[in-house]
Amino acid sequence: MKNWPLWEIFIRSKKGLHHKHVGSLHATDSEMAIENARDVYTRRNEGISIWVVESDKITATKPEENPELFEPAADKIYRHPTFYKMPDDVKYI
Amino acid sequence: MANLKSLEAKFQESIDQEIKIEPKDWMPEKYRQTLIRQISQHAHSEIVGMLPEGNWITRAPTLRRKVGLLAKIQDEAGHGLYLYSAAETLGIERDELVQQLNTGKAKYSSIFNYPTLTWADIGAVGWLVDGAAIMNQVMLTRTSYGPYARAMVRICKEESFHQRQGYEILLTLSRGSEGQKRMLQDAVNRFWWPSLMMFGPSDAESTHTAQATKWKIKRKSNDELRQQFVDICVDQARILNITLPDPDLKWNEERGHYDFGEIDWDEFWNVVKGNGPCNKQRLDARIKAYEDGAWVREAAMAYAEKQAKRKAKTAQVA
Repeated sequence: MKNWPLWEIFIRSKKGLHHKHVGSLHATDSEMAIENARDVYTRRNEGISIWVVESDKITATKPEENPELFEPAADKIYRHPTFYKMPDDVKYI
Repeated sequence: MANLKSLEAKFQESIDQEIKIEPKDWMPEKYRQTLIRQISQHAHSEIVGMLPEGNWITRAPTLRRKVGLLAKIQDEAGHGLYLYSAAETLGIERDELVQQLNTGKAKYSSIFNYPTLTWADIGAVGWLVDGAAIMNQVMLTRTSYGPYARAMVRICKEESFHQRQGYEILLTLSRGSEGQKRMLQDAVNRFWWPSLMMFGPSDAESTHTAQATKWKIKRKSNDELRQQFVDICVDQARILNITLPDPDLKWNEERGHYDFGEIDWDEFWNVVKGNGPCNKQRLDARIKAYEDGAWVREAAMAYAEKQAKRKAKTAQVA
């Protein structure tokens, strides 16, 4: 028997916070996915907003490609405030 | 090109440095298979665990008891789903997992092969069975596989009401009539040893422990957890005014723990092998639910596909 499609679920627990990935579930369509997510992941008022995305719509990086993919940031320490020397008496900077 | 040995070495280094393993990371095939088996059997346990408790929903003595029991059972369904979700990140699909359960290829915690004969059993299940599960699950919040550890954190938060629900039932009985006190003691007499068996074979007999420990799938041994459980329960039992059915239970000042009697390992292996009181009933119930629900699953999918076609057609015309 065919499985229902798999959906990844993201919940915003309260205003001001990002949606967070909480897991996955099977549903026939996005409406059912939202209702199932409400039942599975918000039984204790854990969410005020739900996003559902079909799992196969998510593109993810491959960990083995990380060194090359993230290499550009590795030697750019001048992006950090500590790279810049401030005299002790300069305030609020 | 990275060869197997260097991949294995890097993997073990992550484990040793407490860096979690996530779904797309390289992992030894045996690590993957061990986790698929452990996580899915954990999931099956939650789902099958709904059955002995479901038995008493219609006979809960008060509305407070009924809503508590319903909420607990609903949580168990949710726990099963978090765990199936975690297992599926390892490259296995839900229908295969369900087939493994229904064909008896996969196991579930053997405690659920015991019947719930009285209302007091529901209290005993909450206190002892959930209590033992909590001990194991708190330990597993530090397991090396990310999705499994995160599912455990969520489960532990929800599980604590389960144990309190059970203990409150037993407290009420302990303050009740003579008949209720006898029912309480009888339930504990039947659930104590099977609850201790939940921690699995003794460390000496546990073949998988060494590798599971090296890979930090398991963070504490069976015997360690079992001892922790006994120590905690003795005090909780005292407050319920019941005796735990173990004549060898005795405080050992030297060890700083309670000594307890030998588990009936024949009973343990017999139930694991499928000869417990309710093994057949449990599996029959799961198979029936799956088969009776087939038309619902198919209809829901057909409806969704029909709706999607209709939407696409409207979009074309517009």
